Amino acid sequence: MSIWINTALFGVYPYVCLTVLLLGSLIRFDHGAYTWKSDSSQLLRHGRLRLGSNLFHYGVLIVIMGHFVGFLIPDFLISWLISPAQHELLAMGVGGLAGIIAIIGLSILIHRRLTDPRIRQNSRAWDIAIVVMLWCQLALGLLTVPVSAMHMNGALFEQLVTYVKGVVTFRPDIAQFLTGTPLIFRVHILLGFTIFLVSPFTRMIHIWSAPVWYLGRRGYQIVRTRRLARASLPERQP
Amino acid sequence: MSHFLDRLTFFRRKPEPFANGHGITTTEDRGWEEAYRARWQHDKIVRSTHGVNCTGSCSWKIYVKGGIVTWETQQTDYPRTRPDMPNHEPRGCQRGASYSWYLYSGNRLKHPMVRGRLIRAWRAARKTLAPVAAWASIMEDEATRRAIHKVRGKGGFVRVPWDEANEIIASANAYTIRKYGPDRVFGFSPIPAMSMVSYASGSRYLSLLGGVSLSFYDWYCDLPPASPQTWGEQTDVPESADWFNSSYIIVWGSNVPQTRTPDAHFFTESRYRGTRSIVVSPDYSEAAKFADLWLHPKQGTDAALGLALGHVVLREFHVDNPDPYFTDYCRRYSDMPFLVRLVKQGDHYYIPDRLLRACDIAGGLGETNNPEWKTLAFDEASGRIVAPHGTLGFRWGEGGRWNLEEKAGDGSSVRLALSVAGTADGVEEVAFPYFGGKGHAHVAGTEHPEILPRRLPVRRLAGAEGEIVVATVFDLLAANYGVDRGFGGANVASSYDDDVPYTPAWQERITGVPRDHVIEVARGFAANAAKTHGKSMVILGAGLNHWYHMDMSYRAIINLLVLCGCVGQSGGGWSHYVGQEKLRPQTGWLPLAFALDWTRPPRQMNGTSFFYTHTDQWRYETLEVGELLSPTAPEGDWSGAMIDYNLRAERLGWLPSAPQLRANPLDLAAAAEAAGQAPADYIADRLVVGELEFASQDPDHPDNWPRNLFVWRSNLLGASGKGHEYFLKHLLGTAHGVQGKDLGASGQGAKPSDVVWHEAAPEGKLDLLVTLDFRMSTTALHSDIVLPTATWYEKNDLNTSDMHPFIHPLSAAVDPAWEARSDWVIYKELAKTFSRIAPEVLGRERDVVLTPMMHDAPGELAQPLGVRDWTRGEGRPVPGLTMPQVSVVERDYANVYTAFTSLGPLLDKHGNGGKGLTWNTSAEIELLGKLNGTVREGPASGRPRIDSDIDAAETIMSLAPETNGEVAVKAWQALGQQTGRKHAHLASAREDEKIRYRDIQAQPRKIISSPTWSGVESEHVSYNAGYTNVHELIPWRTLTGRQQLYQDHLWMRAFGEGLCVWRPPIDTRSVTPMIEARKAGGGKDVVLNFITPHQKWGIHSTYTDNLIMLTLNRGGPVVWISETDAKTAGIVDNDWIEAYNANGALVARAVVSQRVPQGMTMMYHAQDKTVNTPGSRLTGQRGGIHNSVTRTVLKPTHMIGGYGQLAYGFNYYGTVGSNRDEFVIIRKLDQVDWLDHPAAALAQEAV
Repeated sequence: MSIWINTALFGVYPYVCLTVLLLGSLIRFDHGAYTWKSDSSQLLRHGRLRLGSNLFHYGVLIVIMGHFVGFLIPDFLISWLISPAQHELLAMGVGGLAGIIAIIGLSILIHRRLTDPRIRQNSRAWDIAIVVMLWCQLALGLLTVPVSAMHMNGALFEQLVTYVKGVVTFRPDIAQFLTGTPLIFRVHILLGFTIFLVSPFTRMIHIWSAPVWYLGRRGYQIVRTRRLARASLPERQP
Repeated sequence: MSHFLDRLTFFRRKPEPFANGHGITTTEDRGWEEAYRARWQHDKIVRSTHGVNCTGSCSWKIYVKGGIVTWETQQTDYPRTRPDMPNHEPRGCQRGASYSWYLYSGNRLKHPMVRGRLIRAWRAARKTLAPVAAWASIMEDEATRRAIHKVRGKGGFVRVPWDEANEIIASANAYTIRKYGPDRVFGFSPIPAMSMVSYASGSRYLSLLGGVSLSFYDWYCDLPPASPQTWGEQTDVPESADWFNSSYIIVWGSNVPQTRTPDAHFFTESRYRGTRSIVVSPDYSEAAKFADLWLHPKQGTDAALGLALGHVVLREFHVDNPDPYFTDYCRRYSDMPFLVRLVKQGDHYYIPDRLLRACDIAGGLGETNNPEWKTLAFDEASGRIVAPHGTLGFRWGEGGRWNLEEKAGDGSSVRLALSVAGTADGVEEVAFPYFGGKGHAHVAGTEHPEILPRRLPVRRLAGAEGEIVVATVFDLLAANYGVDRGFGGANVASSYDDDVPYTPAWQERITGVPRDHVIEVARGFAANAAKTHGKSMVILGAGLNHWYHMDMSYRAIINLLVLCGCVGQSGGGWSHYVGQEKLRPQTGWLPLAFALDWTRPPRQMNGTSFFYTHTDQWRYETLEVGELLSPTAPEGDWSGAMIDYNLRAERLGWLPSAPQLRANPLDLAAAAEAAGQAPADYIADRLVVGELEFASQDPDHPDNWPRNLFVWRSNLLGASGKGHEYFLKHLLGTAHGVQGKDLGASGQGAKPSDVVWHEAAPEGKLDLLVTLDFRMSTTALHSDIVLPTATWYEKNDLNTSDMHPFIHPLSAAVDPAWEARSDWVIYKELAKTFSRIAPEVLGRERDVVLTPMMHDAPGELAQPLGVRDWTRGEGRPVPGLTMPQVSVVERDYANVYTAFTSLGPLLDKHGNGGKGLTWNTSAEIELLGKLNGTVREGPASGRPRIDSDIDAAETIMSLAPETNGEVAVKAWQALGQQTGRKHAHLASAREDEKIRYRDIQAQPRKIISSPTWSGVESEHVSYNAGYTNVHELIPWRTLTGRQQLYQDHLWMRAFGEGLCVWRPPIDTRSVTPMIEARKAGGGKDVVLNFITPHQKWGIHSTYTDNLIMLTLNRGGPVVWISETDAKTAGIVDNDWIEAYNANGALVARAVVSQRVPQGMTMMYHAQDKTVNTPGSRLTGQRGGIHNSVTRTVLKPTHMIGGYGQLAYGFNYYGTVGSNRDEFVIIRKLDQVDWLDHPAAALAQEAV
């Protein structure tokens, strides 16, 4: 039985979540264009937003980048650079620090969201739920640090890396890689995928729309031509 | 296809950059732009406007998109003006632009609703009883009745179907008519001009029942009594475009840019043209920034300033160097040459008596028709005494001599003498009253005696009954102003620096305005008028008119205008813009509105006296008549309380009475028949012996209570209800905040002598309060039944204004949302239900209607030489002469609906008309039959139909001279019969023109000149009041036929207002009883004069619950106070404060501002207590509105009737509801209680 559950939770569920994330975001982008926004409450009140938001976003960007880099860089590249133990230490150190910064920021934001009457009044249930989920996820992530500290040889870390790589490389038997890992890692993974799952239905979709294109754009005067686009548009009724 | 896929353009060749790489071309999808384009696309634009009380009368484009009204913008297609004159548009303001918010707001009334307790009782009773019997069973069970009434204003509405709501209302009406009489069914709706059909729908229903329409203009205190007193004209003013023609404008107590926003541009434009602009306002109002010179007299002292201006003008332009234009104007167009009898009072001096009449001279100068109404003057050339053309006596009973030609009654040419100075038989001391010596807690008194004898030239005449001493009005006027003309004696000034009433130096102590400013303005104003022949203008408003002694401020200004020859001249005159918007097609509207086509006369009641009486404000009256009486009052019985005076006026046929008598008027005709008498004789006889009495004699007796009240197009309780807490306590019988005790409990002040006093005051007089509204106003909140009505963008109606000469429509841009219906449909359906239900208790009935002696009718000649009071043994009551007129009206209650929806036969019989004119209108009736179709069968068979609101609009426009050129010509010809002059040329150019409803939907149309109004529509001048009097020689409808500066009625003289005098504000004594509360408060506070101006964020075209407007201000009720006063009371800006006095309390946020002078506070009018209003610590009730701290006080001189221009007319003359003499205590509200308690306690006691 437990194998079934294990497979369902760690073998199937992640794909469900990722599918919903990708397809859901795509559908929302196409059919709910006006809901594609971060729903910032900055217009309602500045206040503690500046500190909380900056701490959280910078922190969480480093954490996310760390996850991507740490888990998805090919093995040969990693082993050429550092040992698994060093890798783990780096993840614990940088990830832990960034995680602490992020969770401090998020705590400020949650407190603000719940106690400021104007913002509370303008919050939907999901706005509150998603920040609480993120907070839990950060907390879980931070709690993994001391657990990792008890397995400093890098074996556990290696096991997790294999799992994550397995997910993105569609290996059929990935669920088994987590056998024997401490519970906290598995809860952290589950909650992480759940956040992916709910993202298309919340303000989380703004993660897709990071304003990075300005960086590479040339020119000061932008002409958004119609000449080329017109062919693809339906003819306007007179 | 897909926003996402469209972005995947990896294989498309990127366009080359340009401008040296500074510009790039992208091919990204631009579909999103469509959203922004569609935002401003719409399906149609419909012309409508804002339809209850906005003078703006601005035509708007209403945009509809997908069946929803989305927004509105200003129409810009008013017909052009002539060259050299700015155009009218754009007309509109930020309030109007936010109106569409209401249509779909949370505050919209969507369904008919009935108070929960009432509907439960009704449904239980209806299981076994017929409708009227069901209503009877509820109202006659006192416990149930009280249980329903005492929760008024506490929520608890339940949705009901229309049919059920109509049935309850119709049953209540039928029950009331059968049991108490139709004069116990009332309706209140203001300002018909802004949506004539909607007003008419309710008043037509009520008039067919015999119910009573309550007046509003006097009740709002927007009626300037000085206008009927001086001109015999309710209010007639220049259109705003005429400001541009003026070259000297004084804006006085009017905040033009804020409250006349769409017209303000003419003021600005006139300044570009070089017009000098003086603004008089105690606070630094929005208008003040338009001023070349800003005068800021202490609030309430305007009359003193006005008199000082007049003093300078008299001195420099009439006495020292008489200006020929001014002299000629005053001679021809004012009562100044007319002779006033002087009578000895005591041994020392004379007092002015009434105007000399032809009947005073033996032989009456050959005048046999109405000699007692023909006033006399001296002819300058021949020195003889003459009865000049145009006085009131010439108006009735003869034709051809009622005009302002310089002729005597015998046809000879005359030139009237303004003064008898050169031909005097002597100089006598005449006494003038002075009221300014009495101290007022907040206004400086001056140490002058209360009687000021002044010397003036007199003539002695041989009268029919001995020698008569006379003086001209001009000589009296000059003496009254304290101008030294060299006749010696005291109390006159030869220098402006003399401290004698009414010099510039004298006023300085009262108003605080430097004397130099007064002299400068007076000189400038008069010099300009002299050079331009009258192009000096005063724009004045509520800032003056809402004071108790408003007629003094107004008459001081009117005197100034008349002395400078400004009235009736283009670019000059009196521009009073408060509340009353000109119902231009009035004579077409009257038959529709008061069902004159079916029954006459209609029942109409003056609102102020009604509310004063039936909200029992009289029980708290501390102002005694003795305080107002002149020290020179003629001998007589001047005892009694204010309510006694009002009762006297009703008994004498001066003011209307409703409820009329302590009897059901449906029973009186039968009783008279049984007694073998005519109803009039029967009633007079019974009144003498006391078997019948006026209802007002015992207004607290249940027999005499008003029982049903309809409120539509109005927020009576949230806006205009002065003495709000008294309304709640006595009329509605619900929770209230009245703090003071009545005269019985307090022992302060004398109880009335004629009116019956009950120890226990009634609470909850009304059986049923029905409100028609589109929003949940304070009034709707307190009603028993609320009917959802169409908004101004959901109905068809007509709209005119005094600010511009155009007529334009309200049109239905969309159907009424949810279950709402237009007022016309609501009352029509009600009439239908009533006709179905009424036969249970009512059939064909004979109704005895009492009406006062009316202005513009022969009845205004009723009481010429003095007051004979039959209640005091001075003769017997004679209906129509010394008591109200008595008429019997047939009512067919089963056919109210038939009559409502067709044009009745009385117009064929009596013709149509107004203002004393009548013309045959059968051609228009025939036209209407063709336009609207005729009724096929039934009692109205063959009559023109009035089924829809557009039919009603066509009826108005076809019958009125202003919109039907053929009628206009007829009307001018009818006037020509009276004046003996030809006037039809004023309309003949437009004789073939008929303005119809669809015409004005296409574009606003300029109305056609008509004798209903005193100005003309022309291609050469802008509309200006009094223009036809001056240029067509049509008399003013006053005693002398001229502008009446001397008021000679006994009561006017008794109260010292024969001539304009300075009277300080009255003492309402509403702060002193609050000593205990102030002590209990313990903290710091400040006592301030409470002023309620119109506001910036919600008036006229919108209300104070409009979210868009609330967002622009503080989001709830505010009170403005000065920095100094705020400091005294420890208040900082935006603090919650409580303002209170004996009348009640209110809470609001403080706006601490340099705008406000020390000693006064302003609370913008009509801030509903429904939004963001916490509870008052003192009363425990929510908030309170501005009228929670006010109480109405009547003025006896406004009750006068049966006397020329001082005769009653609906919304024309009568008591007015002033409220600015009030003071409040303001303190900081330390704890704000939002009263958010569960309603459990209330729910427990539900029936």
